[in-house]
Amino acid sequence: MVSFKPTDEQDLISKTMADFAREVLRPHAREADEANRVPGEVVARGWELGFVQSMVPEAQGGYGDTRSAVTGVILLEELAYGDLSLALHLLAPRLLTIPLVVVGTKEQQARWLPRFTGTEFATATAAFVEPRWDFDPTSLGTRAERQGGDWVISGEKCLVPLARDAEAILVYATTPDRVAAFVVEAKARGLTVGEREKNMGIKALDTYPLRLDGVRVPVASRLGGDATDVQPLVDASRVATAALAVGVSRAAFDHARDYAKERRAFGQSIAQKQAIAFMLADMAIEIDAIRLLAWEAASRLDKGQPATRECWLARHYASQSALKITDNALQVLGGHGYIRDHPVELWLRNARGFATFDGLAIV
Amino acid sequence: MIDFELSDGLKNMQMLTHQAAEMAMRPIAREYDEREHEKPWDFLNMMWEVSHANPIGGSGDRKAKDGLPERNLGMCVSIEELSWGDAGLYLSIPNAGLGGAAVAAAGTPEQKARFLKRFTEGGKPKWAAMAITEPSCGSDSSAIQTTAVRDGEHWVLNGTKIFCTAGLMAAEKSEGFVVVWATLDRTAGRAGIKAFVVEAGTPGMYVTKVENKLGIRASDTAALVFEDCRIPLDNILGSPEVPKTSEGFKGVMATFDATRPIVAASAIGVGRAALDFVRETLVQHGVPIRYGLPSHKLTALERDFMDMEAQLQAARLLTWRAAWMMDNGMRNNLEASMAKAKAGLVVTQVTQKAVEMLGPLGYSRQLLLEKWMRDAKINDIFEGTQQINQMIVARRILGYSSKELS
Repeated sequence: MVSFKPTDEQDLISKTMADFAREVLRPHAREADEANRVPGEVVARGWELGFVQSMVPEAQGGYGDTRSAVTGVILLEELAYGDLSLALHLLAPRLLTIPLVVVGTKEQQARWLPRFTGTEFATATAAFVEPRWDFDPTSLGTRAERQGGDWVISGEKCLVPLARDAEAILVYATTPDRVAAFVVEAKARGLTVGEREKNMGIKALDTYPLRLDGVRVPVASRLGGDATDVQPLVDASRVATAALAVGVSRAAFDHARDYAKERRAFGQSIAQKQAIAFMLADMAIEIDAIRLLAWEAASRLDKGQPATRECWLARHYASQSALKITDNALQVLGGHGYIRDHPVELWLRNARGFATFDGLAIV
Repeated sequence: MIDFELSDGLKNMQMLTHQAAEMAMRPIAREYDEREHEKPWDFLNMMWEVSHANPIGGSGDRKAKDGLPERNLGMCVSIEELSWGDAGLYLSIPNAGLGGAAVAAAGTPEQKARFLKRFTEGGKPKWAAMAITEPSCGSDSSAIQTTAVRDGEHWVLNGTKIFCTAGLMAAEKSEGFVVVWATLDRTAGRAGIKAFVVEAGTPGMYVTKVENKLGIRASDTAALVFEDCRIPLDNILGSPEVPKTSEGFKGVMATFDATRPIVAASAIGVGRAALDFVRETLVQHGVPIRYGLPSHKLTALERDFMDMEAQLQAARLLTWRAAWMMDNGMRNNLEASMAKAKAGLVVTQVTQKAVEMLGPLGYSRQLLLEKWMRDAKINDIFEGTQQINQMIVARRILGYSSKELS
């Protein structure tokens, strides 16, 4: 039965994340972007919110909450509203823990998940995107071959968050039968973490290229075992990107709206001019549009229905929309939008990445 | 809990309505586009027979507590299907329509019973229409010039109305009625505007013109003239007082909160017709739409198609939300305008693109694509133009009154 009402629990999560975004993430956003680093205080306080630990089963020391993609998109929107880079840093461990919770074997869960239930931030990540203009998520250039009791993985990856400090990296690769994911330990031979990347946006987030030169992992490292279909995980990362795009868009919209009401020209607020007012109206409509698309795609994931198309369209639409919304927000501020004293140019740079980001977050 | 799956009841209704659209509307869609001003009586009689017992447009009373918790959403679902069949034919179906919606929004319980009962009682097909627009005022409905003057036990109406959907059927061709917006005091602006119910055949009400249109040609759009048209005193919807504030006007305007999602749903039906047709044509010719590929592997056609599909789905979800809010007793003024603004624009663009995508097939009157493009455009205009709905959204998000932003 159609309903647009989040559960009480989702409302509570949304409010908690919104408070955290406003009180902790936003105040650090500009400085973190300029300094290219995430403050330790943010990491510590983010970890306390428990969005990594919550879904880890009680048997492994977590809270055992049921995984819900809808709850995930609600949470991600609020965090991204605070700041995208900081959010992606805090969420990075989930790139490993959520796939383990969703499709991991008992042994994989028992081996890895307890590390993510302590009192301090435990780093993990995933490697999906590859450094090539013709990157194709349906046909990854990174390959895994079966050799005896091992998988041997070779290829190149990029945009891997926190790879330098990660204990384990979930590496997506093409096997002879399908795309699969492998839990690769940081110390694995043949795995090289390259120099930190320099990106136009999400500057505070440290991302790295990876080189896999015949990295040998045991058969048991293949996520979920040989028959596992990782497409639902790829879908879950697409809808996560859409949700982040909603959050960044809303941040830009709120700022532009407030500015437009204060800024006066020709004897009235510029928000009272149709040229500005209609732009803001369109932004508001588009934000609701992409949020609903993300909710719908996530809801299909939660029901176990095929969601590849819906997740893809949500991300496709949201990434275009976020760019347009942040660009229009900047336009509302005019010259002030271009100046780094205001946050809008930061949101525009971050939003530009949504068409490129794939597998940088998951719900 | 957030959920986008229709209840079994609505799914069933969706399926049945779709079958009706496919079997009864599609086959005659072209014919009644070409034969403008002729009525498909077999179809209209059939729809009346089916719907007066189980109204597609509801009894007109969209807030009724009649045990149907998904009334507005249900209407959106069925109207999308009917408009997928044919938007012009859908608009010509006998029912309480916009006139009924106005009675439901602003009428007393006695008025609702008196005016709306006829739509559930059988007999001959009946229509109700709404007359707001005048030759010199459209979106600015506060500038209405048609007057209502009290004379003993009657109101006397004088003025000219245009662009009245189903106006001919409601005023002359059935035992229906027209809800006429008129002012009690031209100097009072919005506060003076009231809605009056004029029964079909009332002396002094004349249909002077039925418009020739770009699309939705199966539906009549009438001009009405009122010359000393006398109606009973209790045919005024709401209070006859002219208040100091424009609260009463707001009450009448609230009609649009109910009708805008429905117009949006109809728009989406037309857009989906075009999108379904394009997809089927492409698949037939071995060009499936591939999701999840990077842009360098997609054809321009696929990219366009995915944009259209995402836009249309977004418009549908905004529409469902506005209807769902109404079903749940929430104020949906902002969301109704968001849905209408988005859907009107999206279907205009989607159908135009669909015509372009299929080249000469799209442009030919042998097929229905070009017709859907013509039909779609009305959704960007009636029930509040794109710009009026943007204005409403803007006022709401900025917290501005109509004085502060106009």
